[in-house]
Amino acid sequence: MKSFVSKLCGKIMPLSLKEYREHGGFLGLEKALFYMSPQEVIDEIKESRLRGRGGASFPTGVKWQLVAAEGDEEKYVVCNADEGEPGTFKDKALLEGCPFQVIEGLMISAYAVGAYKGYIYIRGEYPNSIDLFKKAINILKKEGYLGENILGQNFSFDIEVRSGAGAYVCGEETALIESIEGNSGSSRFKPPYPPNCGLWGKPTLVNNVETLANIPLIISQGAEEFLKLGTKGSKGTKLISVSGNVVNKGVFEVEFGISLREIIYDICGGLEGNKKLKFIQVGGSSGACLPELLLDLELDFDEFKKHNIGIGSGAILVVDDSCCILDFMRVTTEFFKHESCGKCTTCREGNRHIIKAIDRMIYGSGTERDMQIIKDIATIMRDSSLCGLGQAAPIPVLSLLKHFKDEFQEHINGYCSTGVCNFKGEGKSHG
Amino acid sequence: MDKISIIIDGKKVSVPPDTTILEAARKTQINIPTLCYHPDQNVKGNCRVCIVEIAGANGFAAACCTTVKEGMEIKTNTIRIREARQMVLNLILANHNSQCLSCKRNGNCELQTLSQELNIEEEFLDKVVDLLPIDQSNFSIVRDQTKCIKCGRCIEVCNDVQGVGAIYNVNRSCDMKIAPAYEKGLSEVPCVYCGQCINVCPVGAIYEKEDTKEVWRALEDPNKHVVVQIAPAVRVVLGEEFGMETGSIVTGKIVSFLKRIGFDKVFDTNFTADLTIIEEGNELLHRIKSGGKLPMLTSCSPGWIRYIEFFYPELLQHLSTCKSPQQMFGALVKSYYAEKMGLKPEDIVVVSIMPCTAKKTEAKREEMHLNDYYDVDIVITTRELAKMVRESRIQLRELEEEDFDVPLGLSTGAAAVFGATGGVMEAALRTVYEVVTGDELDKIDFKNLRGIAGFKEATIPVGDLDVNVAVANGLKNAKILLDLIKEGKANYHFIEIMCCPGGCIGGGGQPIPATNSIKEKRIEAIYQVDLQSELRKSHQNPAIKELYEEFLIEPLGEKSHKLLHTHYIDRSKNNKDKRD
Ligand SMILES: Cc1cc2nc3c(=O)[nH]c(=O)nc-3n(C[C@H](O)[C@H](O)[C@H](O)COP(=O)(O)O)c2cc1C
Ligand code: SF4
Ligand code: SF4
Ligand code: SF4
Ligand code: SF4
Repeated sequence: MKSFVSKLCGKIMPLSLKEYREHGGFLGLEKALFYMSPQEVIDEIKESRLRGRGGASFPTGVKWQLVAAEGDEEKYVVCNADEGEPGTFKDKALLEGCPFQVIEGLMISAYAVGAYKGYIYIRGEYPNSIDLFKKAINILKKEGYLGENILGQNFSFDIEVRSGAGAYVCGEETALIESIEGNSGSSRFKPPYPPNCGLWGKPTLVNNVETLANIPLIISQGAEEFLKLGTKGSKGTKLISVSGNVVNKGVFEVEFGISLREIIYDICGGLEGNKKLKFIQVGGSSGACLPELLLDLELDFDEFKKHNIGIGSGAILVVDDSCCILDFMRVTTEFFKHESCGKCTTCREGNRHIIKAIDRMIYGSGTERDMQIIKDIATIMRDSSLCGLGQAAPIPVLSLLKHFKDEFQEHINGYCSTGVCNFKGEGKSHG
Repeated sequence: MDKISIIIDGKKVSVPPDTTILEAARKTQINIPTLCYHPDQNVKGNCRVCIVEIAGANGFAAACCTTVKEGMEIKTNTIRIREARQMVLNLILANHNSQCLSCKRNGNCELQTLSQELNIEEEFLDKVVDLLPIDQSNFSIVRDQTKCIKCGRCIEVCNDVQGVGAIYNVNRSCDMKIAPAYEKGLSEVPCVYCGQCINVCPVGAIYEKEDTKEVWRALEDPNKHVVVQIAPAVRVVLGEEFGMETGSIVTGKIVSFLKRIGFDKVFDTNFTADLTIIEEGNELLHRIKSGGKLPMLTSCSPGWIRYIEFFYPELLQHLSTCKSPQQMFGALVKSYYAEKMGLKPEDIVVVSIMPCTAKKTEAKREEMHLNDYYDVDIVITTRELAKMVRESRIQLRELEEEDFDVPLGLSTGAAAVFGATGGVMEAALRTVYEVVTGDELDKIDFKNLRGIAGFKEATIPVGDLDVNVAVANGLKNAKILLDLIKEGKANYHFIEIMCCPGGCIGGGGQPIPATNSIKEKRIEAIYQVDLQSELRKSHQNPAIKELYEEFLIEPLGEKSHKLLHTHYIDRSKNNKDKRD
């Protein structure tokens, strides 16, 4: 375990500006405002090789540069605190542990790209975080950290808190933008990407909470310090949210390069009741499901990429061998069926056909053809959906088909080794 | 700007930046399939039928909403793409009530065509169609959601072009559907029945309420004297339904057809269009002289009337009190014509053939009758006329041309141009000028009021008065003018408003497709009809002169008031769902 981005969480009073400052708070902002040009700030972030922590792991400095390069007078920065991914609660830890750090990160980003207005879009299910942020913003306004000519410098900035109605897709950056604009949250097609054309058609920088929380540290300590952490291609640390059948569940900060096995057995104390591991799902509901034999994989964007998987938000779900793959797949697909915004054909229509095919398998009338349908539909969803939600929804399905083919076959043959499925057509015995 | 070089299916092409893959492919003679894409609308990117492969990219890209980049290598026709498109289409078909043989759009349906083009051999997914009831709540528009493919075109037209917002998408995921607020019937929301949603719908999910059976029945009823009127915008458009070139003028063939199937008299709405000019022109002059409400707004487009009644009832005083030409016609047939022919009004059936779905509801307005008889009994659209032609097995293309019957079939070129946006204004100016000045107007073509643009204005010196006029089509444009009037900033005397983009040639009852480029050709044909007319000013129409001499006595007179003028209703109360 490592303590870097989350080091102040639990250590200071979240709303004590005094304590935050005593622990190095706002040194990053001051350094940026007093001693660095916006371009120098961007260069520092580029040099740190920080990559986005919201899911897409896009190089943060490069994204900032795109926004900075736009000529508009009016630009926006947005902190994505929607954290809608089931089993993900790491942003909450930062939001409630050290709100000033996240705000400082957002302010530095605004200074760097030339924005005067920021939004923090917080998941509606986090009323506590919303409350904390509203208070934190008021404190900062009073203390001259927000408003006109901050710290006496030629930089003015204001922040508004917005909250979402709980739709998962609102975490997707373009849907989030729609939602801030007051429309119902459904995705726009990209391009144009938000850095060129985002909120109200203006260049907009959207960053995840954890990404932003890293910023003050990188600026105050310098990129060099940051580069000491992590692996060759993945710098720094990652907050992971571990849930499922493990002994220690929760949010942990780890350095890139740690293996999945270390996370599960060393940090989280292995599986509950010493059961056998069936698979872990990395990156939330839309993450790939990896069998035991991939556990030695190191947490590293590039290593993961080699296996065509993403780290996503850093959620890890641990599943023991009492789980039926088809049952699990049905629950996941049902989740995405519920969360699809309904705009594009493949995502709107795809999930229910997958569920129908799974149901036939679960109730004993499944055939090879159903397996093929599941695969074909999942593939078309991945390849052709309009936004990240529909593209990622079939990832668990496809990974399960790949790694647990036998279990599908088993169901086609009228048998469920975990005993979850009841083939008399009366539904499931449990789960 | 520098061009961008890309390779599409092995062929190199250079296109300007910001070109989409779809547009670029069309330049290389490749027509990538689409379904939600419409040439006059925003790119939506939601059907996913236009997917293509881009070298180096993981998934597919949607060609309609992906712009080309230098060096891009695109493939549009691989096994992988063809199968993927079939899969996408199968997902759509699984949720589609594919009963083509009894469908309104059989033979003219984008989904049907696409299924054929993509070579769909089997609908292999479970049918998941939600068999929702068909909305037949009103006289104009029918909605059948079991056919809807959720392309969103109707929503765009209703919200962004018409600014009405009667329908939008409700629910999410596979429960997403297009519906009026609270999933009510269209009759319970401020739908203006313009039918623009029909014109953009790629499938048979929205269509006109069909009234052809009533027409056939009337024609075979020996006790009825059945007369018909044809609106100006029908004659330049019907030919499209029969494979004729866009803009073909088929007036004489329509007359001939209608006589063949047994109408007792075939008359022309253009006659009452001329009459409208006389009444409305005089009303305008009267308002100017007596300090009446100005600007005066035209009142011949029933969708527009519903719009102002729903959304701007405080401005109803600005509307001309003239009935529309369709209604004037009906009222005259059941009075003047009945008297002249010695017929009882109850024995007469008035049928109109209109470019418009809103006209069906207009005919059923309470104010639109004299004693117990509706002015107009049955309204059918251009599309329904085409159906009757097909049903009759008469070969329209081969028919000899015939002339309208007299007297209600005589008209001028000024009436003909009613069919295009700007036409009513142009016709009115031709007459008002001469009535006021007593001079002959030699330059009678008001070219700056013509064309498909949504908003036009002009100032015309009439004697010592400079008359300021404006012309708008599409209700969103009308809204801009109404807001100006509300703010007291509309410095106009007279404003023409047509509900449908392009005017009646783009009406909700016209043949589909009706893209802007098609509408432009239709407009050209309208002015062609004008040019070919012997008389081109309404007040020169001898039958109109005779009508005043024999019957009406004078414009705005007592008879006119009873038969040709009307009043309006504040409908804002049943407009609880009004959305901006
Ligand atoms: C369906 C969907 C849900 C997402 N939810 C979130 C979220 O809750 N929080 C988040 O930061 N990013 C989320 N993202 C990723 C965002 O679109 C975006 O990439 C991210 O906010 C960018 O920030 P970063 O560059 O700092 O990672 C989601 C993406 C998709 C497709
Ligand atoms: S992929 Fe799903 S969530 Fe995204 S636009 Fe399509 S339907 Fe909406
Ligand atoms: S909408 Fe098209 S595909 Fe559907 S039933 Fe009608 S004609 Fe057939
Ligand atoms: S008829 Fe016109 S107003 Fe009514 S739903 Fe269609 S487009 Fe909207
Ligand atoms: S009703 Fe027609 S235009 Fe509207 S979404 Fe459905 S298919 Fe598209």
